[in-house]
Amino acid sequence: MTAPASPDEGLTATELAAKYGLSVSGARPSLVEYVRQLWDRRHFILAFSRAKLTAQYSQAKLGQLWQVVTPLLNAAVYFFIFGVILEADRGMEREVYIPFLVTGVFVFTFTQSSVMAGVRAISGNLGLVRALHFPRASLPVSFALQQLQQLLFSMIVLFAVTVAFGSYPDLSWVLILPALALQFCFNTGLALIMARAGAKTPDLAQLMPFVMRTWMYASGVMYSIPIMLADKPQWIADVLQWNPAAIYMDLIRFALIDDYGSEWLPDHVWAVAGGWALLFAVGGFVYFWKAEERYGRG
Amino acid sequence: MAERTPEDRIPTVIADDLHIVYRVNGAKTGKGSATAALSRILKRGDERGVRKVHAVRGVSFVAYRGEAIGLIGSNGSGKSTLLRAIAGLLPAESGKVYTDGQPSLLGVNAALMNDLTGERNVILGGLAMGMSREQIKERYQEIVDFSGINEKGDFITLPMRTYSSGMAARLRFSIAAAKDHDVLMIDEALATGDRKFQKRSEERIRELRKQAGTVFLVSHNNKSIRDTCDRVLWLERGELRMDGPTDEVIKEYEKFTGK
Repeated sequence: MTAPASPDEGLTATELAAKYGLSVSGARPSLVEYVRQLWDRRHFILAFSRAKLTAQYSQAKLGQLWQVVTPLLNAAVYFFIFGVILEADRGMEREVYIPFLVTGVFVFTFTQSSVMAGVRAISGNLGLVRALHFPRASLPVSFALQQLQQLLFSMIVLFAVTVAFGSYPDLSWVLILPALALQFCFNTGLALIMARAGAKTPDLAQLMPFVMRTWMYASGVMYSIPIMLADKPQWIADVLQWNPAAIYMDLIRFALIDDYGSEWLPDHVWAVAGGWALLFAVGGFVYFWKAEERYGRG
Repeated sequence: MAERTPEDRIPTVIADDLHIVYRVNGAKTGKGSATAALSRILKRGDERGVRKVHAVRGVSFVAYRGEAIGLIGSNGSGKSTLLRAIAGLLPAESGKVYTDGQPSLLGVNAALMNDLTGERNVILGGLAMGMSREQIKERYQEIVDFSGINEKGDFITLPMRTYSSGMAARLRFSIAAAKDHDVLMIDEALATGDRKFQKRSEERIRELRKQAGTVFLVSHNNKSIRDTCDRVLWLERGELRMDGPTDEVIKEYEKFTGK
């Protein structure tokens, strides 16, 4: 370019950029700025999660009815296998065990699917990441939100199951709200961590189902930890019961099922539930933000 | 190109020795079998089984306000990659890009979902580009009218997968072109659809260009580069081969491609 002699002649790129106040393209914003940007995108995050949810069943004839029918069928299968064929109760009354089981499955699925969606949040949406600007945390947060909405449909089925087995709505049901809110914070944090890990190592998508299944069996989805481990040292049961998945399942069971009283819960249950939520939400967010400028690299 | 006094020449984009490297997993050798993958993992070395593609090699230039810059070069020469890097969407291996404001790529395809209605895609696409709900509401009718989707009946309330490819392309362009940008980058073949729509979209691109501070246009169509750009960067194998006024560069490029 035959540029006329200008006062900028001889400046290095960095000096020229500084002189005219240009900033580095694609640089990572400060944490506060990042939170602000994410808040500005809240409508996108919500719209994206709802769009994903709707798109799931848009080709089916029953359409959005599947949101409720899918968990209903799930519950029916568990009832048939554990309630009718095996007549399992794992040391509990049957009126307690069936809702106990269905709650466990639904609540654990919430965490499980958030993790699985998180792993693929960046690596499965590279097209989006390489085409448009938005704080990348929007994606994992949006996927976690999609799972929350999915869970709310499952809750309808869960209420029906609980009532069918003789636990009627009472004041303790209100406790579901704080319990789910805490679990959502925990899941979002976990999804953010998995999103960063999955962006670097897409292979995690193949590995995670096994990790999640192990976690499921260790968390007492289908059995009660204190009953199963009654003859083992107390600390093993404590550790298993304080793991976040078990904590959130137990809280919802406690809220919903009349005969599932506080004697089934570990000590300091709300404090532990809050601690996990806070630790993962904040830790996961910061961990994700630290690699913000690297997402989308080829 | 009109002579500008030095005071007018305000840089909006500075690329400083920019390198972009893609890493492709599992493409090191021609063998795609599981045993080949395993032996790659077992081999020593820091990045096993990863093949590197050096797409942009040491490109430097300064773009000024009011310029319309064309990017030319054969397929795979790194034009689109360079655009993404300038937009800050593709992290650089080394070197830096400085920009004034946020450069944006014209295109919203990736955010749209085929299973949703056109109506919801307009909203989703707008939000994805960073528009507010109010802005979208304001522009909604304009976008739908521009796309001409509803000319043949109420198609906007049908899922996008039911659209013909031309209709879908029109809607995508209409959504993408609804937002104003500081530094605008247009990748080739945007003006799709029938002749009537092509004319309309070319006009809209000209409008967007007027509002934008600096425009980058990637195209294989030398005529459209001549029509719209006053400066051209010619990339070949990721290197900047030539940078200068449109006529000079295109003449050399045509000589190179043997036209």
